[in-house]
Amino acid sequence: MTKTKRILLIGNPNVGKSTIFSRLTGAKVIVSNYPGTTVEYYQGYFKLEDKEAIIIDAPGIYNLEPSSKAEEVAKELIDGADIIVNVMDATNLERNLYLTLQLLETNKPIVVVLNIWDETKHKGIEIDCQKMEEILKVPVVATSGISGEGIRKLAFRIWEAKTSSFVAEDKWKSIGFILQNVQKLYHKHHTLLEILGEVSIRPLTGFFIAAVVIFISFTLVRFIGENLISYIFDPFFNKLWLPLLVKIDSLLKGGGILHSILIGHLIGGEVDFVQSFGLLSTGLYVPLAMVLPYIIGFYLVLGFWEDFGYLPRLAVLMDNFMHRLGLHGYSIFPFILGLGCNVPGAMATRLLASRREKFITATLMAIAVPCMAQIAMIVGLLGKRGGQYVFLVFFILLLIFIIKGLILNKLMPGHSPEILMEVPPYRLPRWDVTLKKLWMRMSGFLKEALPLVLLGVIAVNLLYSLGIIKAIASLLSPFLVKIWGLPKESVAALIIGFLRKDVAVGMLGPLGLTTKQLIVGSVILAIYFPCIATFVVLTKELGWRDMLKSVIIMIFVTFSVGALLNLIL
Amino acid sequence: MEIDLTKLPPGHRGVIVRVEGGVGFIKKLEYMGIRQGKIVRKISSHFLRGPQTVRVDNFDVAIGFGMARKIFVKEV
Repeated sequence: MTKTKRILLIGNPNVGKSTIFSRLTGAKVIVSNYPGTTVEYYQGYFKLEDKEAIIIDAPGIYNLEPSSKAEEVAKELIDGADIIVNVMDATNLERNLYLTLQLLETNKPIVVVLNIWDETKHKGIEIDCQKMEEILKVPVVATSGISGEGIRKLAFRIWEAKTSSFVAEDKWKSIGFILQNVQKLYHKHHTLLEILGEVSIRPLTGFFIAAVVIFISFTLVRFIGENLISYIFDPFFNKLWLPLLVKIDSLLKGGGILHSILIGHLIGGEVDFVQSFGLLSTGLYVPLAMVLPYIIGFYLVLGFWEDFGYLPRLAVLMDNFMHRLGLHGYSIFPFILGLGCNVPGAMATRLLASRREKFITATLMAIAVPCMAQIAMIVGLLGKRGGQYVFLVFFILLLIFIIKGLILNKLMPGHSPEILMEVPPYRLPRWDVTLKKLWMRMSGFLKEALPLVLLGVIAVNLLYSLGIIKAIASLLSPFLVKIWGLPKESVAALIIGFLRKDVAVGMLGPLGLTTKQLIVGSVILAIYFPCIATFVVLTKELGWRDMLKSVIIMIFVTFSVGALLNLIL
Repeated sequence: MEIDLTKLPPGHRGVIVRVEGGVGFIKKLEYMGIRQGKIVRKISSHFLRGPQTVRVDNFDVAIGFGMARKIFVKEV
């Protein structure tokens, strides 16, 4: 029996390796139009007729000299691979060829893929694949990963991969020679997208466009979230689910432990989805009817901008500002992803070069970037008291973000490296690709968050009925009540906040807080500690030493901000 | 006349004549396709010593101000 072959997809950043990977394997991976989407490598199975192989999707690299973590990882992956599929951006042959020539030297069987083939026509580029194959002495296949064009051909030709006898004494000279023989360039006028791309990266027009983009994004997320709630999720829960709960309630009449776990306690003799805190009431309503609609809105809008290619431009525009906080433009990726969920945000810190930058980004995100689940709950609870209060909470978080960044930048030794980043062209997103990504993120949320929410609800009930919360509450109450001005019962929310922030915010609901207390409570829950999932990932990314430092900062910030807000509001 | 990249006005084109700095830095730029002899077109220059964006071949790249000052071009 032969060993299953290992096929490695490798190439420059943002050439579409992950798109080809998911086309070949059918596996679901997140693809976007910006360099560095893939921070880890992914594996998938690929089957063609009777042949089977493992395909590995590596993070993008520019060369094989191990100067960064990504290149070291790539080198290891190459050593373990049986076939190398070198994915190139056909619109940037020259730059991509450097890596190709280095790969040819590894003496591994290679197939070269000219991806983004569909764009060569608009850009006035004509490439002779046949000729390129003759020169490089390895198979060359043209593909367009996004539309799927050429993928079938690639699937067959992967098996023709061979080691090349092409020798490049001086790589740039050889590249010049190859280009002269295979590529013809024609003059092309700028397309509308290209003009738009340039305008959105110039300072004056760029900031105006950024403001418009951000405004539209927030409006859209709100619009989608609110409409999903009032036309789909609320009617479902109120008209279909509630009668069922009422039946279960009457069956279990007389209360008991089962009643309090499944339904929770009745508010004014009725089941209240937000306040009852039973598994079947609040446990399902919070994640599905309060959080999920906003998650859908957020990831739909984010997915569109990711695929369109807007985010790197925002990174460039924000670069200057981020430098004052000890970061550079690239840090906006973890922050933006963190707004959806802090876990992928924490993973994206891997892209940042220095330990200092990673630390500042991670700490700022964990403290001042609330995730969509939390935002949805704050909007849901505080929004009823008035939109200006919701705005105030976000304004406070933004202030904390900026002040803390300024301080950390001063306190931490070293300085942040400068930006050096490729800015991809705008591409019109294909709705099937964007929707597929939305679906992946949505089902990811349901799979990962729903169990934790339910666990949180059970934990709340158990801790209450065992009297543990009461004990901790009376222990901490002098402190909570005096310094933060919160009722001592709110300690339960702080405890559950370790598990899920959305459940924790929800727990503030039944306490009958004043608006001021609700604001203080929301801010404290946002900043005091990351949820367990984020905590685990952050510890993995930062190491326990830096994580410990980060936690100390969080506790310090929480104490002082809580006290300050209690004083001034 | 040789000027550094930060002084090339937006919209203008220049050919890279040399890149100053350590070998690591020069190589890093080179691998990204920014090297001697390449023609670049300045797209934008952000104020307060912000990043400089240029078009090289068919791609755009944002370069920090300090780095851009080490890249010397001759306007064409």
